[in-house]
Amino acid sequence: MEFETVIGLEVHAQMLTDTKIFCGCSTKFGAAPNSHTCPVCLGMPGVLPVLNKKVVEFAMKMSLATNCEINKSCEFARKNYFYPDLPKGYQISQYADPLSEHGSILLDVNGEQKKIGITRIHMEEDAGKLMHDEHNPVSYVDLNRTGVPLIEIVSEPDMRSPEEATEYLKRLHEILVYLEICDGNMEEGSFRCDANVSIRPRGQKEYGTRTELKNMNSFRNVQRALEYEIKRQQYLVENGGTVIQETRLWDDAQGATNSMRSKEEAHDYRYFPDPDLVPILVDQLWVEKVKKDLPELPLVKRERFVKDYQIPAYDAGVLTADKALANYFEEVVKICAKPKAASNWIMGDVMRFLNEEKRDIRQCPIAAESLADMIRLIEEGAISGKMAKEIVEDMYKTGKSPQTIINEKGLVQITDEGELVKTITSIIDANPGQLKDYRGGKEKLFGFFVGQVMKATQGKANPQLVNELLKKMLAG
Amino acid sequence: MELNQLTIHELQEKIKNGDVSAKQITESVFSRIDAVEERVHSYIRLMKEEAFAAAAKADENIKKGDVKPLTGIPIALKDIVCTKGVTTTCGSHILHNFVPPYNATVVEKLKDAGAVFIGKTNMDEFAMGSSTETSWFGSTRNPWDLERIPGGSSGGSATAVAADECIASIGSDTGGSIRQPAALCGVVGLKPTYGRVSRFGLIAFASSLDQIGPFTKDVEDCAIMMNVLAGYDAKESTSVPAEVPDYRQFAGLDIKGFRIGIPKEYFIEGIDPEVTAAMKKAISVIEQSGGQCVEISLPHTQYCVATYYIIAPAEASSNLARYDGVRYGFRASEVRDLLDMYKNTRMQGFGAEVKRRIMIGTYALSAGYYDAYYKKASQARALIKRDFEEVFKNCDVILTPATPTPAFKIGEKTDDPLQMYLSDIFTISANLAGIPGISVPCGFTTGGLPIGVQFLASHFEEGKLIQVASAYERNAKIEKRRPAL
Repeated sequence: MEFETVIGLEVHAQMLTDTKIFCGCSTKFGAAPNSHTCPVCLGMPGVLPVLNKKVVEFAMKMSLATNCEINKSCEFARKNYFYPDLPKGYQISQYADPLSEHGSILLDVNGEQKKIGITRIHMEEDAGKLMHDEHNPVSYVDLNRTGVPLIEIVSEPDMRSPEEATEYLKRLHEILVYLEICDGNMEEGSFRCDANVSIRPRGQKEYGTRTELKNMNSFRNVQRALEYEIKRQQYLVENGGTVIQETRLWDDAQGATNSMRSKEEAHDYRYFPDPDLVPILVDQLWVEKVKKDLPELPLVKRERFVKDYQIPAYDAGVLTADKALANYFEEVVKICAKPKAASNWIMGDVMRFLNEEKRDIRQCPIAAESLADMIRLIEEGAISGKMAKEIVEDMYKTGKSPQTIINEKGLVQITDEGELVKTITSIIDANPGQLKDYRGGKEKLFGFFVGQVMKATQGKANPQLVNELLKKMLAG
Repeated sequence: MELNQLTIHELQEKIKNGDVSAKQITESVFSRIDAVEERVHSYIRLMKEEAFAAAAKADENIKKGDVKPLTGIPIALKDIVCTKGVTTTCGSHILHNFVPPYNATVVEKLKDAGAVFIGKTNMDEFAMGSSTETSWFGSTRNPWDLERIPGGSSGGSATAVAADECIASIGSDTGGSIRQPAALCGVVGLKPTYGRVSRFGLIAFASSLDQIGPFTKDVEDCAIMMNVLAGYDAKESTSVPAEVPDYRQFAGLDIKGFRIGIPKEYFIEGIDPEVTAAMKKAISVIEQSGGQCVEISLPHTQYCVATYYIIAPAEASSNLARYDGVRYGFRASEVRDLLDMYKNTRMQGFGAEVKRRIMIGTYALSAGYYDAYYKKASQARALIKRDFEEVFKNCDVILTPATPTPAFKIGEKTDDPLQMYLSDIFTISANLAGIPGISVPCGFTTGGLPIGVQFLASHFEEGKLIQVASAYERNAKIEKRRPAL
């Protein structure tokens, strides 16, 4: 039987606000355990939450960027459950009335655009972290993360393959980072994903029973977990078994998903409106203000790059995957006016250097102006492409401008015909045997002469000019 | 008269004139405590050392001429408001060793106003009760009859004032927990409008109903306390930034032309005849004072108790989830695993009434029951609130009995929660509607037990409450008695 996969994703993204969602504590990652806490986020008796308005604005940005409708009024609800990393015994989240609903984003699937629906985006607080002692039956809790603002982005079950799911995640990730509301760090848990997955015989309308997958902390793991889970479900169905509704944890080392809890064991969260907080009213004026401050989004930028710079869609995709990279490209082009050359240099050498050192473009030692200058020097014939390869590496290592490197190394290309004629004459004189053979029909020896010229000029000779002169002079 | 028997405004006068020192007042209060506390049991914890230190500081300030509204005035705090460095138990085993790292906003305000804190008063566990019998620290007794309950849940705060073990005190009122014990102990008790006094640092029972308010010996003192307590607090999202008038200026005003609504639903069968008689007398005093009494109707009154006993436990079930033994308070020993720790901690840490309400609340919020209980109750609450809004279009205040009966015997209703719940039948509506209410002494039964009359006003009309209560107090000329302890 042929099966179709149905996937829906729930993404949790930590908001990059300076302070927590309901108190004034810092949200910085990596501080000493429990140092970023106060009575409010510790859930002490008697404390009350006060909403950080920045969180609402950040969540509004994401809502607008994903075409969601922002509700005029929304409220916080309590999600009740017991766990030691949850000091109040409930998480302040949104339930019946989320901030926004009915959005979508576009994916590029095999060259075609596909719309993935976004059911809702809501705000909530993060929980703390438990650390288990490996040698003793003791657990420790760090509540620094408690109260760090999150948005949860819930998709419609619109994805049909692990590839689509991964693509959707990458696009969401890109938008969040573009908006500068999330650092997108999956390892530190700033961007987390749970997946709902089911299979059904192709052609069937009803959804199959779904399982929920958790604990996947990279794009690759999301893909692997989904692939595994789909195979597991297919195997079950094909062998007369049934998929049961449950939550399953991805085990990276094992490369498999394992049951965590079944539907029967599922929590009843007893959601109800949080009486300590008042409804959030969002008027059109506020929406407009946030909308005005939205940056150009990746998809729009991509299309503009193709249209305005006449670069291939592939290039535009790579360059716009990171807003800072796109900005760098645009700066370079602004100065040198050679978009394709700029794209080649950035996607080629520059990104290779950066990747080798696991740096990103923000840490690139080559100033955009320097790269532009170098491209201009090539265009003007002042340096050869080969020389440029050397120069760009030096620029990366030293941060110096191309002109400085050229001066220091004496790398200026020899374009003086008189000087080159002199050099060629002495080479021809020094190699009478080769000259004879060449003239006798051994045309391969042309390369030998080019090599000799380059050697004599330390590679500084303009290759085109060398070719022309050599052809003339060797012919006699 | 001993200093501890005086009112705030009487002591203010004496302090200003240099007749007494804060130290003398504090001494007077503590010698009274020494004499009667064993029998009354108003306090869970006394703060004697802190009190004398605060009194010494007050005396220094008085010498410098720096006299604030409560400088040198001994105040008792219900053990539900957090006091930095001073154990705050909420009357519960589960918090018997909890020392808050911060002060409640009202504690800060009282401190800034110069108050001298005497101690933390006894209360029903987590404010769940109407008799102060559910406290883990034992019952408080009514100073007028030690066999009887003082009311609750702020029983200790009421008796501390009634027995002159302090000058004024702080209580909290979720369904009548200030007004009901005030009535049963013969003192003045006010529950402000929801949002008028900061809840920050008030250990939550039912967040949408809880409100802090004062117990005092007369209405003028109540106004003085409200001047200190009221006001916006940025630490609370439900705090309202409404202007705070000088409540004291309302205390002397007359009530000529005031329209006083008498809700027919509050004069029902089952009320003690002596209470009914006292209300009749109160109505005639109001009329003689220039007020015009009119019969009104609050048609959804019959749903108040049921609505309250869904909403309050629902919120409580969530508010009390934090007492899990993980970070502070009591933790059961000898547990096998995490679930075991939760279960045993909460089983051993909470008393029966608290567990009952957690279970009711958990049930009311459960999947499949939410719509029938919590949601329905929220809708009923909206109707109850609307009843009041309608009535206040034509009335300045409403007059009702504060309680259906005078103080009952200790142990009389502990086995019958429903009967116990009904002792708040006249006070619950104000919490559901978020409006202010005051209970004022209006005489005694033939057996010598105090009776209270309740006035209710529209949101943020505490001024009107003080006005009508003080006019009533002046004109009723209730005989001044002190409990024979």
